[in-house]
Amino acid sequence: MKKPLLETRHDEVRYTSYVVGFILSVIATLIAYFFVVNHLWPKEMLMYVVLGIAVLQLIIQAVFFLHIGRGSRLKLVTFVFAIIIVLIIVVGSIWIMHNLDYNMMQMSPDQMNMYMHQHEGI
Amino acid sequence: MRSVVEETAIQEKKTLGFWIYLMTDLILFASLFATFAVLRGQTAGGPGGHDLFDMPFVLLETMILLTSSFTVGLAILGSNRGYKKQTILWLIVTFVLGAAFLALELSEFSYLAAEGNSWQRSAFLSAFFTLVGTHGLHIAIGLLWLIIMVIRLVKFKFRQTDLNRLALFGLFWHFLDVVWIFIFSIVYLIGGMA
Amino acid sequence: MFQNILDFVFGRLKPSDFVHDPIMAGAGFAMVGALVLAVIGLTYFKKWGWLWRNWITTLDPKKIGIMYILVSVVMLLRGLADALLLRAQQASNDAAGTLLSSDHFQQIFSAHGSIMIFFVAMGIIFGIFNLIIPSQIGARDVAFPFLNSVSFWLFASGMILINAPLVVGEFSTAGWLAYPPLSELQYSPGVGVDYWIWSLQIAGIGSLLSGINFFVTIIKMRAPGMTLMKMPIFVWSALTSTGLIMFAFPILTATLGMLALDRLLGMHFFTADGGGNPMMYVNLIWAWGHPEVYILVLPAFGIFSEVVSTFSGKKLFGYTSMVVALLAIAILSFTVWLHHFFTMGAGADVNTFFGIMTMIIAIPTGVKVFNWIFTMYRGRVRFTTPMLWFMGFIVTFTLGGLAGVLMSVPPADFQFHNSLFLVAHFHTMIVGGVLFGAFAGFAYWFPKFTGFTLNERLGRYAFWNWIIGFLLAFIPLYILGFMGATRRLDHYDPSMGWQGLFIVAGIGVAIICVGVFFQLLQLGYSIWKRNDNRVGSDPWNGRSLEWSIASPPPEYNFAVIPTVTTRDEFWELKKKKRASLLKPAYEDIWLPKNSGLGPIIGAFALAFGIAVIWHMWWLVVISLIGVIVTMIIRLTSDNTEYKLTAAEVAKHELKRGIV
Repeated sequence: MKKPLLETRHDEVRYTSYVVGFILSVIATLIAYFFVVNHLWPKEMLMYVVLGIAVLQLIIQAVFFLHIGRGSRLKLVTFVFAIIIVLIIVVGSIWIMHNLDYNMMQMSPDQMNMYMHQHEGI
Repeated sequence: MRSVVEETAIQEKKTLGFWIYLMTDLILFASLFATFAVLRGQTAGGPGGHDLFDMPFVLLETMILLTSSFTVGLAILGSNRGYKKQTILWLIVTFVLGAAFLALELSEFSYLAAEGNSWQRSAFLSAFFTLVGTHGLHIAIGLLWLIIMVIRLVKFKFRQTDLNRLALFGLFWHFLDVVWIFIFSIVYLIGGMA
Repeated sequence: MFQNILDFVFGRLKPSDFVHDPIMAGAGFAMVGALVLAVIGLTYFKKWGWLWRNWITTLDPKKIGIMYILVSVVMLLRGLADALLLRAQQASNDAAGTLLSSDHFQQIFSAHGSIMIFFVAMGIIFGIFNLIIPSQIGARDVAFPFLNSVSFWLFASGMILINAPLVVGEFSTAGWLAYPPLSELQYSPGVGVDYWIWSLQIAGIGSLLSGINFFVTIIKMRAPGMTLMKMPIFVWSALTSTGLIMFAFPILTATLGMLALDRLLGMHFFTADGGGNPMMYVNLIWAWGHPEVYILVLPAFGIFSEVVSTFSGKKLFGYTSMVVALLAIAILSFTVWLHHFFTMGAGADVNTFFGIMTMIIAIPTGVKVFNWIFTMYRGRVRFTTPMLWFMGFIVTFTLGGLAGVLMSVPPADFQFHNSLFLVAHFHTMIVGGVLFGAFAGFAYWFPKFTGFTLNERLGRYAFWNWIIGFLLAFIPLYILGFMGATRRLDHYDPSMGWQGLFIVAGIGVAIICVGVFFQLLQLGYSIWKRNDNRVGSDPWNGRSLEWSIASPPPEYNFAVIPTVTTRDEFWELKKKKRASLLKPAYEDIWLPKNSGLGPIIGAFALAFGIAVIWHMWWLVVISLIGVIVTMIIRLTSDNTEYKLTAAEVAKHELKRGIV
């Protein structure tokens, strides 16, 4: 092994950073898996729990693997903005598309198709 | 050649540019996620996630990819400290794990297709194959990049330019595992619930 | 057997795809004819080498900017020709049914919109960014010069794809946004929608890469001392615009991709069957589409800020509020997209939320308009051509903006949606805002890049024809919208009494054409008389750094990178009359070498587009491999720059001083 070029405490910190991040991520994954496979909660609740754990794991990997928040502030800012836009697109789309059933008698396009076929002969 | 100050500034530029590209990729995946969320119930009378997904199989895939994200981190740490053999070792392990992940995913896809549950069957399956498939495509590109990196690092004896590119590869690979967290959670765990 | 080989090689391309109706055939011939003439000319004058070395392989953003503008101008003429045909059809109310068939009419309005947005407006924006951003921030180049070249050549490939239907195949009849189910295979089985998809997809990737490029350039390559709040306001507008590009274009990529997957692989994202949901397409495409229009207009606002302050001889009023307004508009633009489909069936709560957000976004825009006017107040205003375009913008943009606020009220929008009122609104915004801004910027910065000015009088003639023509062309459309006329009509019941207004609109477009004629005349005449109109580095008594370098600038822009201490740095320097008697300390300058790999990637992308449209699967594989291999070659090359020594720089500067 060649002598390291730059040995600083910063490097040491980052080694444990990966180990901690890995272990925490494994735990988070297993917990979410366990909850779902064993139907610990009703479906609605479970959905939010799994999402919550996913967000937690996102933060874990963002901090320990991607080192967001350490060093470049621009990395953090662009990341936060991207997450905000992601939320707007995903939540916005789900809200809008769900709401679009409003004028379609709360039916999905498939159901509407069937309705029109049966009742209107189309 | 350029001064150290200039080289550092150039590398910072490239890192920021690549990071921003990753953010745009995040938005791309978000659009596919939004579509999956909206279309996940549209099975056109066919099977849904609960009928099709094999949970232990998915857990295995997830662990493999997660481990590869860990090993690529080790590789980059090694390269920062000048441990050349360690770096190559961990990069090869990363490649093997990534290739295993991709092989598992391809076997899942071909099984589904063979059973008649391809992307043409329903909107749900279209969304599934596209979202998971796009992630898989990124992994494949990453593997190609990884091979080239390993070859160059060995051939050119860890030139600084290649080390800089390795750092960007690390970001890319970590990013793909972050996206997979959500595929695992939303597509398979939530989408696979009865 | 032979037939099998032909099918494999040519996919679904058949000889009959080359046959078109007279108007399209004529346009196709004219286009090909012009290309052939160009090739003959280049060969005869032995200029291929010059073209390759100086333009095709260049990584100099100034040259790339000029190429963007050239493509945009040509596309503007094509888009205008389309508009003329549409107006003629509507003014004559399909008299004798001989002008345009329904199918042709639909292809024309689809092409008109697609070309104007993607290849005129976006092209002009990137052209101006390339030309102006580096020098305004005191830099020599953009952050990623090679990527810049790739972006341009992807743009050019997209441009070729969208014009190809004039020669081979047909274009989409589904409008500039190709809503499904009309754009799905079931209702559009031909190549038209595929041309649309891939032209936009390829150009869109170019745009995304450019957005990243200029964002990083502004963040990382400003001259020392130029903090964000000391940047020229145009740079702020570019920063916010590119920020929007980065976060909005991936949505377009994903959505076009999904439509392509529906068409190519039989998927069911937006189909009418299989569980598909066409409304999801409308939702996603507008989640991109609304930020897109702000991507286009924010740089125009930036241009006007520069123009107004320069020609009022005053610093911009309310710099900080201008910056805040830009940021507010950028962020808010992601929260209003549903106003494009109020009528699609959402409930009152959703419609109300987006209606209110739409009203809110009008506020920062209003702040900007007032700030421009306050800049002019008590200034020493010179009514040069750029200022005239600004005045025209104020009139038209305010008119269009009022119409927009009216439509932001969902119940009102139920009356106006997809009527000519809407058409008049968005044309007023884009032409009055983006196009007039482009014209102002063009007249303003032309002397910087050529070393001579444009003829003022012809510029004035052009402006007055444009503004009168534009108002004549679109105010009737507002009225027609109120009267119930919908968009995209190729004929209407004569008893509606609409024809008179359509005729007035037709006259308006004709007057616009006179305006365009004067613009072309102005360009030609100014080039012919250039030796009488030579100017130095600062013809307008400008305020920002680009006016401190030679006209035209050397490849490296600044021989010595300036140190900035204040806003309007150049203006303040002039005020202090600081003439440097010390010899400037030249240093070695690194510049990017030319590269043929950019145009090659563009060529492979073009081949890919053609291949996937016509189902030539072998070519799809080859062109994809070509793109990937070329990228790998470039991404693994380490020797991409060359050095200008300090001595050489000194020699360059000396030569310029004498000339």
